[in-house]
Amino acid sequence: MRIVVTVKYVPDIASDRGFQDCRVVRTPAEGTINELDENAIEAALQLVEAAGEGEVVAVSVAGPDGAVALRKAFQMGAHRGVLVSDDALAGSDYFGTAAALAATVERLNADAPVDLVITGMAALDGLGSVVPTLLAAHLGWPALNLAKKVALADGAVTITREADDVTEELSARLPLVLSVADTANKPRLPNFKLIMAARTKEYETWSAADLALKPDAVGQAGARTETLSAAPRPPRDEVELVTDKGEGGKALAAFLIRNDLV
Amino acid sequence: MTNRTVLVLLDPATEVRTSVLELLTIARSLGRAEAVTLEAPTVEVLAQLGAYGIETVHQAELPAAVRGDERHLPAVVAAALAAAVRRTDADVVLVPTSFAAKEAAALAAHALGAGLVIDAAGVHDEDGRIVGTKRVFAGSWDTACAVTTDVAVLTVRSNAVVPQPVETAVSTEVEGFTAEVPELPVTLVSRTVKPRTSGRPSLEEAAVVVAGGRGTHGDFGPVEDLADALGAAVGASRDAVFEGWFDTYIGQTGVTVAPRVYIGAGISGAPHHRGGMQAAQVIVAVNSDPEAPIFEISDFAVVGDLADVLPQAAEVIRAHKA
Ligand SMILES: Cc1cc2nc3c(=O)[nH]c(=O)nc-3n(C[C@H](O)[C@H](O)[C@H](O)COP(=O)(O)OP(=O)(O)OC[C@H]3O[C@@H](n4cnc5c(N)ncnc54)[C@H](O)[C@@H]3O)c2cc1C
Ligand SMILES: Nc1ncnc2c1ncn2[C@@H]1O[C@H](COP(=O)(O)O)[C@@H](O)[C@H]1O
Repeated sequence: MRIVVTVKYVPDIASDRGFQDCRVVRTPAEGTINELDENAIEAALQLVEAAGEGEVVAVSVAGPDGAVALRKAFQMGAHRGVLVSDDALAGSDYFGTAAALAATVERLNADAPVDLVITGMAALDGLGSVVPTLLAAHLGWPALNLAKKVALADGAVTITREADDVTEELSARLPLVLSVADTANKPRLPNFKLIMAARTKEYETWSAADLALKPDAVGQAGARTETLSAAPRPPRDEVELVTDKGEGGKALAAFLIRNDLV
Repeated sequence: MTNRTVLVLLDPATEVRTSVLELLTIARSLGRAEAVTLEAPTVEVLAQLGAYGIETVHQAELPAAVRGDERHLPAVVAAALAAAVRRTDADVVLVPTSFAAKEAAALAAHALGAGLVIDAAGVHDEDGRIVGTKRVFAGSWDTACAVTTDVAVLTVRSNAVVPQPVETAVSTEVEGFTAEVPELPVTLVSRTVKPRTSGRPSLEEAAVVVAGGRGTHGDFGPVEDLADALGAAVGASRDAVFEGWFDTYIGQTGVTVAPRVYIGAGISGAPHHRGGMQAAQVIVAVNSDPEAPIFEISDFAVVGDLADVLPQAAEVIRAHKA
């Protein structure tokens, strides 16, 4: 069982996130693994453990600081890490990111067959939830998205997903791309041994040239959208705080009525 | 008005939800608006489309291999959208925001070489280019994203505009077209649609949302009572859903809402939750803890027990409406 897990390097959602020159500010102090990708790592480790053999390869498309995401994957138990990092990739949109990830999977697949690519359900910086779909389209593989339950049997994966008031059971044959929901599992806490090992564990760095990526398919050059502006919203006015001494509900109703919100 | 053609996805075609009416309104502001369906629209649906100025509905005729509910699979919807764009030479595709629609939008954009904007809070024309505006980072930043390719595909959030019918309704024609669908790599084993609670708007589309959290201690009665007094949708925090107290949660990994009013009761306001509601126009909170983090982003808040505050508020609102 050979599984590639995609892990994104994102600003911590509890930090003060922002833009500079229309690009998301990514600093090592506040950068972290996209939390939802921990569910993807967990799903991959469980499948490899159940198979009794195999390898989990963590892949991130990011600047040099993106190694933080790979370290976290190592701490949880990933066997190998690849950082796809190149100035030519800066400014990639969904399509550029998916193209770079697809080329990475193809290169790994050429060494030894990859059975599955597992991703998180969304990157918490952009909340797009489209990279897994686009990655599968690039690879020409089926996509099973937003899995809450995952079952692997006889070379096929069956998932249950719940989204938009619809519950679906879907299945497809390997190899395929699987995105897991945050409800799929509970990511394990790394043990001491793995944390120590992760500090010095080596990861590989691949460039756009290593992946034979066409310059006009990735980065700013390949982007199909252009961010024209990014501005912080004005802060909200100070909250109007009422302490309930028996009339709190009336005050709430009065606020809504006064502001024409009823 | 330009000579642009703007296609709006209508799936299912058995009803026109508010989110679709909003898209039709936006589409008219960008060019000639037409609809795309994968099944026959009902008479009522056609009348509603006519009221919104839609003269043409393109109904995809799917290959026989696509059976029953498979027509809702993103790959099928995407194939129909892409075929409709090619047939009509359309410039813009608008779809509502849902997980399935995002998937279909991504696949259609991939097939068409089109630029993709996900979760736009508004769409407009700027110097001939299609621009989607977005609220990001839990509603704390506004961004504007221009599509630089010939065709633009956008998923648009609910409550982006107020739906506006045209002054004089038009008659709506259905035109069939053949949509080739590549062999489906995914098998649909089963599909069940959750019936909507009658009388309550859906969470995604509601103008007013009342949400309950761990502070309800399992009793959503007061939350539902206030919601019904307001004609609001009901939501929850993830913790409340994990406890089994309610079925749908608001937040970064749940449903994203941007209503006129959000009322959170017994919800602390964790970053994950904020990510899904902070774009609300007005935020109201009820919490027994005077230091609750949700107060930092609220316009109005009551420090108190929700079991006392909500029923009292509901009573006053009912009396006001009567
Ligand atoms: C990967 C990940 C994704 C997540 N995604 C989401 C998401 O999408 N949406 C989401 O909501 N959460 C999400 N969470 C969980 C989130 O981090 C919080 O744990 C959750 O939102 C807290 O729910 P709560 O506010 O109901 O509970 P708590 O944080 O326990 O808050 C309960 C509040 O109720 C108040 N209270 C208690 N009794 C009363 C009373 N009688 N009257 C009034 N107030 C009372 C308390 O003062 C407290 O502020 C996610 C977590 C993870 C790890
Ligand atoms: N730059 C990236 N590097 C690695 N994985 C990514 C990257 N961008 C997106 N992904 C993966 O795709 C998932 C969905 O991302 P998105 O479509 O951007 O919301 C994430 O949870 C990641 O697993």
